Amino acid sequence: MTAGIPTLPGPRLRSLLAGYERIVAQRRRHFLLVVVAIALLAVIAAQFSEVDAGNLLNHLPGLTSYFGRIMPKLRISHLTGDIADWYWGFFHWLELLFDTLLIAYLATVTGALGACALSFLAADNLTPSRSLRWLIKRLFEFCRTVPDLVFALLFVSAFGLGPLPGVLAVGLHTFGTLGKLFTEVTENIDMKPVEGVRGTGGRFTDVVRFAVLPQILPNLASYALLRFEINVRASSIVGFVGAGGIGQDLFVAIREFYYSDVSAILLLIIVTVSIIDILTQYVRYRLAPMERAS
Amino acid sequence: MTSPRAILREDGADVLARHQPLLRKPWQHRLFDIGGPMMAVILALFALWWLGISFEQIGPGLIELGKFAALMFPPSTGGHLTLFLRAMSETLAIAFLGTVISSALAIPFALLAAQNTTPHQGLRFLVRRLLDVIRGIDTLIWALVFVGVVGLGPFAGVLAIAVSDTGSLGKLFSEALESAHPRERETIVAGGGGRLLAVRFGIVPQVLPIVASQILYFFESNTRSATIIGIVGAGGIGLQLSEQIRTYEFDQVAFIVLMILAAVAAIDWVSGKLRFAIIGRRQ
Repeated sequence: MTAGIPTLPGPRLRSLLAGYERIVAQRRRHFLLVVVAIALLAVIAAQFSEVDAGNLLNHLPGLTSYFGRIMPKLRISHLTGDIADWYWGFFHWLELLFDTLLIAYLATVTGALGACALSFLAADNLTPSRSLRWLIKRLFEFCRTVPDLVFALLFVSAFGLGPLPGVLAVGLHTFGTLGKLFTEVTENIDMKPVEGVRGTGGRFTDVVRFAVLPQILPNLASYALLRFEINVRASSIVGFVGAGGIGQDLFVAIREFYYSDVSAILLLIIVTVSIIDILTQYVRYRLAPMERAS
Repeated sequence: MTSPRAILREDGADVLARHQPLLRKPWQHRLFDIGGPMMAVILALFALWWLGISFEQIGPGLIELGKFAALMFPPSTGGHLTLFLRAMSETLAIAFLGTVISSALAIPFALLAAQNTTPHQGLRFLVRRLLDVIRGIDTLIWALVFVGVVGLGPFAGVLAIAVSDTGSLGKLFSEALESAHPRERETIVAGGGGRLLAVRFGIVPQVLPIVASQILYFFESNTRSATIIGIVGAGGIGLQLSEQIRTYEFDQVAFIVLMILAAVAAIDWVSGKLRFAIIGRRQ
């Protein structure tokens, strides 16, 4: 038995079809308009940024050969010797990587502590003063909008070369980003415990200690750990401007075309960052199973 | 009937004794409560010692920083207004073009890397690892590499942002694809559509708004990263900024920083509006 597919009478079908076509055509026009607008903007942007397809094509072999050249020359016949050759500075780089991790750690700790202290004053539901709240929010905004590398440049001029300007620069940026996140977390708390503590005569510090902190501590720790991941990457970069860590050696290797060193250091950084990512992800998952979004 | 006041007349110690179990914590928790922060402090002290950070360095540095801050007022263009404006628009152009190119490149990678659209599992694994490697290398490192390849100038910046964002966007897009509801896709397959049609009509319409809002978000963040890649010579305002810092022209540094802040705020505002228009509501 074959079941017939019910069809609408002709004129009805035609009018429905026409309506459908109209909507689809309208959407197509809309889409085309967006594409044309983006293309136009792209052409203007290309003019500004001196994009030159010919230049790219000329250098394309250079690009591919660059990646070919940074690859280490490993031969099966003397594999161990070649690896030793490739990683001639292994222990030196390992020490620099350790420096980088410590810079990231110090920056995260100082940034997070500062952000934590001020976020309670900046939260809408706790703040003792409107103007203070506005001021702190602008401060957070400033610290997270100015790139950490700009801070690093300034601090290198002020404090001299070394890890200190790196810690301060990454820490200040962390202070800005975590301040915003912590404030948002604090603004989303359950207000009943706060009222409870206030009702028994608690001061601001009591409210924070007994009503707010217990609610948000897992979230704070989770965000701080996420920031630590990001800071490890940032700390490996601040060395470019002389603020300590592995970045200095990487900068020199790329600038001076020490090809195999580039790949050796990059590989070390990638491996370290991945290990840190996996570890912190595990801890963050344990801390706040619901807040898994990275 | 006892009045509610009666509760207040109770002895405090009595209440404490009655609810003792609530206050008692297992010793593991106590150990963690005390040991955790202590470990953190010890590690911080060790880091300070290992990195050789002395507190004597901080005082003079802060004084120096104070001098810089004093020199920043009033911000001035130093007669280079057109130069700065041109560099700023160059930065915006780098961010825009980098975002457009990386989105275009990321879409095919994402289709190959997502569980429900990939043609082959082995290919999926390879593409994912490739994206991981690209993402593991910072934009600034890419910028430095491309400066070596195509020479100084904004073009290197465009390439750096395009490449490094292809890694991040490819991963984000593939995650968006994987979180798409399977029902629509099954409907297309049940209706006789092939794999390609299933992806086109069953998955893509679902993820398009997410993808669009992610692209806009990356444009925002790219305007920030485009301001710094100039420090390594890849064009834009960063070059001017690092020059002014190195020559201690702090009034001009202040002007450039203010200009960057204004530009970033403007871009954030525009793309925020567009994003809410696309996804319909605040997330």
